[in-house]
Amino acid sequence: MSALRDWPIKRKLTAILLLISGLVLVLTSAAFVTYEVVTFRDTIQSHLATRSRILAANSTAALAFANEADAREILAALKYDPHMLAAALYNQDGRVLATYPVAATADLIPAAPRPDGYRFEGGRLVGFTPVAQGGNQRLGTLYIASDTKAVSDALRLSGVIAIVVLAIAMLAAYALAAALQGRISAPILALAETATAVSTRQDYSVRAPKLGEDELGTLTDAFNQMLVRIEDQDRELRRYATELEQRVAERTQELQERHEAVRRNAAELLAANQELDAFAYSVSHDLRAPLRSIDGFSHVLLEDYAAQLDQAGRDSLQRVRAASQRMATLIDDLLKLARVTRAEMRTEVVDLSGMARDIVAELQRATPERHVEFAIAPGLEARGDPRLLRVALDNLLRNGWKYTAKQPRPQIEFASTNVNGERAFVVRDNGAGFDMKYADKLFGVFQRLHSAAEFEGTGVGLATVRRIITRHGGRIWAEGAVDRGATFYFTL
Amino acid sequence: MNAGKILLVEDNPDDIALTMRALKSHNMTNDVVVAQDGVQALDYLFGAEGSAGPDELPAVVLLDLKLPKVNGLEVLQRIRADERTRLLPVVILTSSDEERDVIDGYRLGANSYVRKPVDFVEFTAAAKQLGLYWLLMNRAPPAPRRA
Repeated sequence: MSALRDWPIKRKLTAILLLISGLVLVLTSAAFVTYEVVTFRDTIQSHLATRSRILAANSTAALAFANEADAREILAALKYDPHMLAAALYNQDGRVLATYPVAATADLIPAAPRPDGYRFEGGRLVGFTPVAQGGNQRLGTLYIASDTKAVSDALRLSGVIAIVVLAIAMLAAYALAAALQGRISAPILALAETATAVSTRQDYSVRAPKLGEDELGTLTDAFNQMLVRIEDQDRELRRYATELEQRVAERTQELQERHEAVRRNAAELLAANQELDAFAYSVSHDLRAPLRSIDGFSHVLLEDYAAQLDQAGRDSLQRVRAASQRMATLIDDLLKLARVTRAEMRTEVVDLSGMARDIVAELQRATPERHVEFAIAPGLEARGDPRLLRVALDNLLRNGWKYTAKQPRPQIEFASTNVNGERAFVVRDNGAGFDMKYADKLFGVFQRLHSAAEFEGTGVGLATVRRIITRHGGRIWAEGAVDRGATFYFTL
Repeated sequence: MNAGKILLVEDNPDDIALTMRALKSHNMTNDVVVAQDGVQALDYLFGAEGSAGPDELPAVVLLDLKLPKVNGLEVLQRIRADERTRLLPVVILTSSDEERDVIDGYRLGANSYVRKPVDFVEFTAAAKQLGLYWLLMNRAPPAPRRA
């Protein structure tokens, strides 16, 4: 049998109703039967008493004269009552004078009278009644024993009545419970059915039928309102989902297009790079050869025909040679810039401080007559391509070296600093500096803020540096003032 | 001067003239053989169709890279592939110092790589040093036995 709490609500309600009415009926019946039995016992007890007293009054003469035959006759009248089991008359001395039935056995008749009164004893009703004459002189005692069949009959009868009433009442109660439990269970069942429909079919459009204005009605209303809200939200959600799907599809399409564009760009870039490569290669080979001829044959003229040339002629040839050599330098620098753009990047941790010290040592070896005070912060490291970073750092330090040439106490510093929460490396000098008005031209190819007469150079160095920093995903910028030095900042 | 010759493989007549001039200033012109492209250079070393080639290999080959028909690196490859010229000293003398040319040159077995300076004074100095080094100072490998 399943646990009570798992029963369907209908059965539960019926069971509760039957249990309550059954309990009430059983208690009522028990009270009724008890009352009946108690009352009946009292009644038969008083009947026995009355009968005993009449018999006792009739027995005075027989006792007074100890007339056994009379006494026996008097007692024999009891045969008309089938419930009478036995009777006896005791004389004044407590001896038995006569018994009923005449041959009564000893277990039916007590040997001596007991105290007066009527009582139930061992399944019998027994009574001892005094026999007196003239109301005061006691002549003996009358003993009567009656069975209690009447009581048990009465008890059985009332029991049967009680059971019949109980059965009828329970049937009626069951019928009523079955009919009335629907009032409570029907709305609950309707709610449950609706809830099942919602949960199994995800159909939020169903509504639970309302069957009354009681608490269940309120519950049904609340449930239905909840369904309305869920339905709204569900519709909204579906709309969002559809929109989202659509947007995802659009975005996917967009991304695919963009991916396609990127792929095309990459292919174009690759082609451009290959073209640049071929261009640089041919520049490297073919552009220098004519310069060599220009310089070489100018030199031949100067050597072989010096006598035929005047000073102006020789000067002109010298200028031709200087120009061709300068152009060779320009070509070399441009090729370096192109190389920086083309070079494959290999990223590792680079010891910038050590690199700066190497470059400075190299500069000092090349120009031992110059005395520049260097301050290189120790332990500066960055992730990047060591060869490219070396080119960048070399250009920056060489720049400082070059532009402090006219400074009596030249100083160059390499350090790092914090710019808006980002680490930036700093190369600072106290040299010629520049006008901030032209700061944006500093990093352009062939852009120079000084004449070649003042400071020689091709205007490619800082462009190369910027290209390297940009390839590392960093930024470079400069601050300075004329004759107050320049400071270059870069991030990696 | 010893009998060793220089094989100058060079297509640019200006460069030929300037190189000859630079070598002449050190009395080395008699020892220079000029090939104006890769095919000529190979013909000189291995002989044209049917011919036997020179009796004697040059002391050094000064090899330009950008050459018509067969380029310098191919010439170098052929020189190193042939038993007779496997050990022949080859100096690449060219305009470019593109890294890949330098690497390819050495990988194919060049003995030296010299970039021609634009400045004629420097160019002359380089030619002189090359001539002196390879003709006089360097001990050439023994001549291979002829079949």
